[in-house]
Amino acid sequence: MPTQKDEVYGDHISHQFNEELAELKTEFLKMGGLVEQQLMDSIQALIENDGQLADDVRGRDKVVDKMEIAIDEEATKVIARRQPTARDLRLVVSVIKMVADLERVGDESKKIAKFAMGLSQEGQAPRGYVEARHIGNHVASMLHDALDAFARLDSEQALRVMKEDKRVDEEYQAATRTLLTFMMEDSRNISRCMSVMWVLRALERVGDHACNIAENVIFMVKGEDVRHASMERAEEVVSR
Amino acid sequence: MSTLNTSISTEQTQREAPELAPAAVQDKPEETAIEYGQTVGTPFADDAKFRLRDVEVYYGESQAIKGVSLDIARNEVIAFIGPSGCGKSTFLRCLNRMNDSIDICRVKGSLELDGQDLYDPRRDVVELRARVGMVFQKPNPFPKSIYDNVAYGPRIHGLANRKSELDDIVEDSLRKAGLWNEVKDRLDAPATGMSGGQQQRLCIARTIAVSPEVVLMDEPCSALDPIATAKVEELIAELSESYTIIIVTHSMQQAARVSHRTAYFHLGNLVEVNATDKVFTAPEHKLTESYITGRFG
Repeated sequence: MPTQKDEVYGDHISHQFNEELAELKTEFLKMGGLVEQQLMDSIQALIENDGQLADDVRGRDKVVDKMEIAIDEEATKVIARRQPTARDLRLVVSVIKMVADLERVGDESKKIAKFAMGLSQEGQAPRGYVEARHIGNHVASMLHDALDAFARLDSEQALRVMKEDKRVDEEYQAATRTLLTFMMEDSRNISRCMSVMWVLRALERVGDHACNIAENVIFMVKGEDVRHASMERAEEVVSR
Repeated sequence: MSTLNTSISTEQTQREAPELAPAAVQDKPEETAIEYGQTVGTPFADDAKFRLRDVEVYYGESQAIKGVSLDIARNEVIAFIGPSGCGKSTFLRCLNRMNDSIDICRVKGSLELDGQDLYDPRRDVVELRARVGMVFQKPNPFPKSIYDNVAYGPRIHGLANRKSELDDIVEDSLRKAGLWNEVKDRLDAPATGMSGGQQQRLCIARTIAVSPEVVLMDEPCSALDPIATAKVEELIAELSESYTIIIVTHSMQQAARVSHRTAYFHLGNLVEVNATDKVFTAPEHKLTESYITGRFG
């Protein structure tokens, strides 16, 4: 039995074209893996107060940026050489857009690492770590599932990721309220609490980017754009 | 913290496994079968210039067109695409009865132009071909002057009473074909001395000189270089304001660039007709997708 790549993107008359598309997918997933690692490390650096790990995350962001440029270049070359159509075109266009989302997740991770470094020098914030770990865990698994949905062209899993985003937003709201209450009670900790607040904000954004990736996967598989559409619409598209 | 680490890392190992079959493909096997006479998409139009139903064409014993039903709307540009031998040119040639000249060719079904039977035995075929003009793959100018090539049709159809009227028709047609500025100083020069792209545009000028309603184009750019092709495509866009244009092309990019709707033929069947944008981004039929993405030819 052919592997998934052969079955879906691999049976062109031109073998070179097969390889170019496979390469694009592989490179995207590699970048996805790296960005996932960046995100998890930044959360770990924050929670374990690990300044060294935070520094590593900031250093590795350059690699993420380079991969973004390389994948964009590869995608541009495929368009120039092959004039892809239909599902091939949707793959290439989606990769170009999703790469931007991954790069932004990388940036958010770098931002979290920056606050983690600051906190490791100033001393940890008194509150917010439970929330950061919880939301961090949640968005990391969303990102993971979105990339998994891409790898397997699984629009139903992509839909589940989209649904999770709403829960992340709720968790973010709740965590913000908790921290605000704490800051009102004890103003000495405002500065450090604000750092955690920014971290939560960054994590919430990661959830949005995972959701964008999921929307692109649905576009790739189903050929229909579900961005800015209602959840009912997305469900309808996926169930077709 | 440990929960975060473990839960994520186990999931990660799952995704790294590349052997997983894609769920979308597993759940819904995509349909490659064709049902006789069935076309997916939007083959019908409200304001139909041509109304074609259950068209079958035979060359002797072999069936070249299998129950095709299609409307072609007024002033639309529709592209016929498909692999060699799929019947797209045969079908095109039915529309001005060019197949009549082939003895073994038989056409069945209902073919109407403006509500009137195309194959009515009383129909004047010469008059029909003036209304439904044709441009061929290779430019085929007459071995005459540029002027006489364009003036030929209007002369035999008696469209001009005076020389000055004929001059106007020739100039107007050459302008519409985007050729006037290149040839206005040498109208008496032989047409065969022009470049290939100019010759093809001259043939288009000759076709539109008799004021047709429909222009059929059978791979009009396959013998032209990219610049001449771009000029002809530009011309198609301009002509579509006043004519219905049906173009057969092997260049999918050309179909994507010039047409409003695209019809995909496969082994004599009309598999899919849809808005061109849809066909090239998210075609409905698996066979259309395989063809336009270069998976078979």
